[in-house]
Amino acid sequence: MKKKKKSQPSKIRKAPFVAIFVFLVLGAVGISLGEPSRVLEQAKQICLSCIGIG
Amino acid sequence: MDFVRKWVQALFFLITNGYWNFPVTRGIYQGPLKVICSPGLNCYSCPAATSYCPLGALQQLMAGIRLALENGQIYVGFYVIGAMGAIGSFVGRMVCGWACPFGLFQELLHKIPSPKFGIWRPLRFIKYALLLFMVFLLPLFAVDAFGFGQTWFCKYVCPAGTLEAGLPLLILRPGLRESLGLLFLNKLVILIFFIVWAVLASRPFCRTACPLGAFYALFSKIKLVKLRLDAERCTHCEACHAVCPMGVHFNESPDDMECISCLACSKACKFNAISLEVGGLPLSNQVPYRPEKAQLEQ
Repeated sequence: MKKKKKSQPSKIRKAPFVAIFVFLVLGAVGISLGEPSRVLEQAKQICLSCIGIG
Repeated sequence: MDFVRKWVQALFFLITNGYWNFPVTRGIYQGPLKVICSPGLNCYSCPAATSYCPLGALQQLMAGIRLALENGQIYVGFYVIGAMGAIGSFVGRMVCGWACPFGLFQELLHKIPSPKFGIWRPLRFIKYALLLFMVFLLPLFAVDAFGFGQTWFCKYVCPAGTLEAGLPLLILRPGLRESLGLLFLNKLVILIFFIVWAVLASRPFCRTACPLGAFYALFSKIKLVKLRLDAERCTHCEACHAVCPMGVHFNESPDDMECISCLACSKACKFNAISLEVGGLPLSNQVPYRPEKAQLEQ
């Protein structure tokens, strides 16, 4: 018979909020550097070698 | 809940593949929505794709980092990694279970009647190696004379790209068939391999080879929305083991990196020991546990 662990009381975890904030800041830095235009430029083209053709 | 999940999966499939004019244009969507990150694995060369695939975009940025820096453009992947990290911190691999078109495809394949098999658990480490080498290191360091790398995972492995982009484009543009070679044959074999495997085993690509799943798995402990185990209610009956499509033993490792939060275990648990939480707080009030009722149900 396995010993049962005690349930911990619910408390708000801060780590996910910190992580979300950090990555949103990172994304914002990318936007300020103009990365979305590069991503859009790539995504608009068919990359044949990327899909195994050509 | 599985019914709701199927609808959410279908909705995400339609949102991320919402360009239905492609049979007329015989090309891909080229509008501004393609600046938005697709949460799941969805090739942006797919004719119907309306958003960018984070893995494809990341490899392209890694492959072109030298040329970009030489031109004074600091395109090092902050925007893409920021989007992927924010999604990962928010829901982690819940994306795999609820929003990935290729995950849905594998689930549908697995419904085909056939003998079913498990997947040897150590194979899960392959996807972390693919993430590190084929998404980051090889595109970054294996460069040609001009300093440009390749999109290694897309080019040599990704079966989603073959299914969603390669095959449809060959149908739409017959002229492309002349360019086919060993590279496409290699990708076709990989696609067929995973299709057959998905019929026989649950979500083999997600479990062994998806670098996007590997990236989201890094957030399994800290993600905002996750499943929680009420250890007091858990009787270790192992009902959650049998139903998990990812081979997770939830009562033994509630923060397992393979968990896609599909809620199959939550439904199977008669003791209400598994529930969703958001930031540490339970999403709904659980029904009080009554041992006599649970015994009757057994």
